[in-house]
Amino acid sequence: MENSVLTVDTFSAFFGDHQVLKDVNLSVPKNVVAALMGPSGCGKTTLIRCVNRMHELLPDTKVAGKMFLNEKDIYTMEPIVLRRKVGMVFQKPNPFPTMSIYDNVIAGYKLNGIRHSREDFNNIVEQSLRSAALWDEVKDFLHRKGTFLSGGQQQRLCIARALAMNPEILLLDEPTSALDPKSTSQIEELFVELKKNVTMLLVTHNIGQAARVSDFTAFIYIGELIEYGPTEKMFTVPKDKRTEEYLTGKFG
Amino acid sequence: MKDHVRARLIKNYIFKGLVMLFAFISLLPLLLILYYITKNGISVINWDFLTQLPRPIGEAGGGVFNAIMGTIMLIVLSCVFSIPFGIAAGIYLAENREGKLSNIVRLCVVVLQGTPSIVIGIIAYAWIVAPLRTFSALSGGIALSIMMLPVIIKTTEETLKLIPYHLKEASLALGVPYYKTILKVVLPSGLNGILTGILLSVARITGETAPLLFTAFGNQFMNWNIFKPIDSLPYRIFYYAMSPYPEWHTFAWGASFILVVLTLAFNLIARGVSIKWKIQF
Ligand SMILES: Nc1ncnc2c1ncn2[C@@H]1O[C@H](COP(=O)(O)OP(=O)(O)O)[C@@H](O)[C@H]1O
Ligand SMILES: [Mg+2]
Repeated sequence: MENSVLTVDTFSAFFGDHQVLKDVNLSVPKNVVAALMGPSGCGKTTLIRCVNRMHELLPDTKVAGKMFLNEKDIYTMEPIVLRRKVGMVFQKPNPFPTMSIYDNVIAGYKLNGIRHSREDFNNIVEQSLRSAALWDEVKDFLHRKGTFLSGGQQQRLCIARALAMNPEILLLDEPTSALDPKSTSQIEELFVELKKNVTMLLVTHNIGQAARVSDFTAFIYIGELIEYGPTEKMFTVPKDKRTEEYLTGKFG
Repeated sequence: MKDHVRARLIKNYIFKGLVMLFAFISLLPLLLILYYITKNGISVINWDFLTQLPRPIGEAGGGVFNAIMGTIMLIVLSCVFSIPFGIAAGIYLAENREGKLSNIVRLCVVVLQGTPSIVIGIIAYAWIVAPLRTFSALSGGIALSIMMLPVIIKTTEETLKLIPYHLKEASLALGVPYYKTILKVVLPSGLNGILTGILLSVARITGETAPLLFTAFGNQFMNWNIFKPIDSLPYRIFYYAMSPYPEWHTFAWGASFILVVLTLAFNLIARGVSIKWKIQF
């Protein structure tokens, strides 16, 4: 538990009476990629949305148990403060259509009214775009709309937007599921590069992706965390029979 | 067999021809109106007509400057009242799609849209003219703003409903408070639709006469005070057309021409805004 960026402690989540997560325990160390995998509908999205409390936007949700971000209790923080420390990238690329590429990257500052000098913003934009491996492709038209980019570029722009806030953890909900294979492998390479500085929690229902990019993998099945550990270990000697069945493609 | 096919082709042609004919006939009144107004009105339009005030009975010449300015003032006033309320109500309806209050508001919007303008005029009279004991630009602006409300509310609601939810999520996930998300992300993304709605509602009220008869009333002098009666193009047309003087009749045509051009312009700008400023998601 020590030195872990995110700690999930006997955590449960409910939609109305429907229990979606059952006593999940998980801890993500600094500067790794932790993958959440499992068949669709098992609660992966719910789990990562509980990390930045986005589930609270839906009616009729409740949670039990605790979560800590760098040892601070997530559920006693102000959601707004929490969300500024937690980056999120969605399934579908969602750059702001009214904003330029430049403004999209610093949207977290602009929309929150956080002021910086022009120069600082220039630096933040360049660094974030470089980290998202997008700088070279867009540096000549930073002031064009972000929506003119290709799907893969848009998704990297969204990653840059999240990185610009210096998040303590980056949540990624099937970030490549809407992209073509080439963009997908670009983004997978990006994750490997990014984890030198950023901790990532990556939802994927692509077993290969979990194997390629993650250091730790959690297997979730109908709301239960069946198994969690180093990716290599889990993929070679899964402890649970259900994990093995999932990895060998028996279901999912 | 061949005859059969030919008969069907002929029927198709006849049908197409009839549809075109009826479409043309239904356009005819509009074209005739435009033609007639232009023919009678354009000869009166000159610099003096646009910039001078009406002259007293018996004196030749004069213009409708006060009516043009009055109409512009009424438009500005009614925008000032209707836009904030209309957009706010539209946001509320788009954000709360179900729920008792939303349904009540939606019903009110429909009823308001169907309320005859003369009735809205009487209400503005009772609420503002009677207590203040004077006809005024203010009361006219309020009457017209009530007529604008349903259009603005409806178009704002429909526009905002089409904005993808994932944009709102993107903003909220950055820690942007809900109200800022609405004001800085959702509203700007729907700006073209909302502006179109406002322009269409302005076009709708520019020619309204009935509610002005006992609110803004009319004024043959130029007046900039919103607590005093004010002239307007529709009122001026009514006044001149009802007079027994042939020169004033031609003035009524001239004023009609200006009014039609204004209304047309608002409609065209609305179209332009809705096409040119379209946001691609
Ligand atoms: N808004 C919602 N209201 C009610 N139930 C929901 C809602 N979203 C998800 N669920 C339920 O929660 C469970 C887990 O969903 P989710 O976390 O989206 O799964 P995953 O991301 O693993 O596919 C599913 O059974 C789903 O039906
Ligand atoms: Mg999901």
